[in-house]
Amino acid sequence: MALALPDLALDYTLRTVALGAMLLGLSSGVVGTYAVLRRESLLGDAMSHAALPGIALAFLLTRSKETAVLLAGAVAAGWLGSLLVNAITRTTRVKLDSALGLILSVFFGFGLVLLTFIQKQPDASQAGLDRFLFGQAASLLRRDVIVMGAGVVAVLLAVLLLWKEFKLLVFDPDFARVLGLRVRLLEVILTSMIVLAIVVGLQTVGVVLMSAMVVAPAAAARQWTDRLGLMVLLSALFGVVAGMTGALVSSLTPRLPTGPTIVLVVSGLVLVSLLFAPNRGLVWNWARERARRGQVRAEGMLRQLAALAEHHGSLEHGHPSAVLRASGWSADQVVQVLHDLESAGYVRQVSADRWAITATGMARVRPATEGDDLSDGAGHPAASRPEGTGEGQS
Amino acid sequence: MGDRQNRTVSAVEVQDLTVAYREQPALWDVDLSVPPGVLLAIVGPNGAGKTTLLKAILGLLRPVAGQVLIFGQPVEQQRRRISYVPQRGSVDWDFPTSVLDVVMMGTYGELGWIRRPGRRERERALAALDQVGMRELSDRQISQLSGGQQQRVFLARALVQDADIYLMDEPFQGVDALTERAIVTLLQELRAQGKTVIAVHHDLQTVPEYFDWVMLLNVRRIACGPVSEVFNEQNLRLTYGGRFAMAAFAREVEEAAPAIVTPDRSRSGGGNHGAGAA
Repeated sequence: MALALPDLALDYTLRTVALGAMLLGLSSGVVGTYAVLRRESLLGDAMSHAALPGIALAFLLTRSKETAVLLAGAVAAGWLGSLLVNAITRTTRVKLDSALGLILSVFFGFGLVLLTFIQKQPDASQAGLDRFLFGQAASLLRRDVIVMGAGVVAVLLAVLLLWKEFKLLVFDPDFARVLGLRVRLLEVILTSMIVLAIVVGLQTVGVVLMSAMVVAPAAAARQWTDRLGLMVLLSALFGVVAGMTGALVSSLTPRLPTGPTIVLVVSGLVLVSLLFAPNRGLVWNWARERARRGQVRAEGMLRQLAALAEHHGSLEHGHPSAVLRASGWSADQVVQVLHDLESAGYVRQVSADRWAITATGMARVRPATEGDDLSDGAGHPAASRPEGTGEGQS
Repeated sequence: MGDRQNRTVSAVEVQDLTVAYREQPALWDVDLSVPPGVLLAIVGPNGAGKTTLLKAILGLLRPVAGQVLIFGQPVEQQRRRISYVPQRGSVDWDFPTSVLDVVMMGTYGELGWIRRPGRRERERALAALDQVGMRELSDRQISQLSGGQQQRVFLARALVQDADIYLMDEPFQGVDALTERAIVTLLQELRAQGKTVIAVHHDLQTVPEYFDWVMLLNVRRIACGPVSEVFNEQNLRLTYGGRFAMAAFAREVEEAAPAIVTPDRSRSGGGNHGAGAA
């Protein structure tokens, strides 16, 4: 890592690797959005595994190591796999998940057998096919990147031109058909795009982990936005960041396979998104849940104080916080809530550790006696609840 | 018996329609002839094939036998004239998009390939949202809608199409009394414009008030025609079988269409309760 940055930028291999990884992340990120929203993430998994025998057969038939030739075999096999999945679910009672598992393992197994067979052959030209298992970004050549670029352009063009068609296809395919859209054709195009995106990444990430690049960036992107356009952009961005980071790290570290490295990076992005994204993130939810619970408890405490005040017939009488310890709260927490209520003007501190409800507080808890609802309306759950009857309800 | 030959061509004509899932027939030899400008309710017990019939009319299902004609032509040639309000539960409401965007989808058919909706489509979508009282919510993410709001979004999406025939699958399901009133008013406006509305409906009690035609369906067609002619105890018994306890209900039908719906009438949420009898 002691390399100077200018050297890095000029290095031919690194530039090729970075460019290839960028293209891979771009296409799988964009296409993955649709696969994830259609709940067809596993289709990508099946198709990438199904590509392996296609690569091996393409080599056996042509004896060529040319990436374009091998990837053509991958496209054909991936397509055949998805056709078979479709045929199985349509004509038998086997469900989609089982059909995907079936095709995945049968094709992948066959591919491994072919790979072993090729490796046992005497001629030396067999070298390098196993790079398609776990990916080897360092093996990318400039003309490989050009092949990948062509695939990416096709994918992006399809998304741009058929933007509204794909949106409706994913959201409500029946309605698309009612409108007269060619749903079957659109599905074929979408499947082709998934196959293309997978094939673009095969040499870099490998068949085993390629589906992660389809699923993970999109899943992460969904956490951050509620707009399809933004989701596609974010997913592409995540894919590019993960692809480039992983590919560069693995190229600079001896014998570190590229695919797993990229997948680790993208998994990190997913983890951060699942935890910290606003609205959907777990931490966010947890904080919101906590705030809501605090509100409900504060409400309960206010009611207790109101009951005490009514019992004593006076708003002047203060009560110690120990009296108010509700639902397993510690003394500190009770005091904390009391201070919060005080700053909202519902409660006042009569003397050290003696608390009383204010007239405003009474008005909030018992609006009926005041004639009008004086709630401040700032999102307090009780403000919208029918008052006076909800005492014992949760 | 109810569908007399009209001089005008039927809005929807279904002949000898049979649809089967696996070996189980869902619809058996069903005929239906709906004249233009009526509000038709399709009623029947669960599993009677009501949704299947709608989907077959729309060309979403391939029938084993029979044919469907929309204004005398196959549905593929009449896509512009027919619209669909599916059941709310048929889509994933967590899809990342806004209310306005969903309503604009109603314009995709006429736009054709590649062209994107523009300002005109936007205006029309907003107008449709106005009609269902949802304009203020046009920017809202659809996952934040209540059931009744989802239903109205789907209605608006169909309205945008400006079709001649509207097929609706349980438009009142899970909707509160106020929204139900609003939707009924809307349906009656559509009829006043000469549109045809066919709706799967569950609440037998409101059939005479909301609709002017009714089809009783239980895999086979039991009866179809003007409510006053075919919506009677005998046909209901044939449709719902012995489960249908009737006495109280028959009286209500004879008293016919009470003008006011009590606002607190409880919605059964789509169950097949014989008008609260039983």
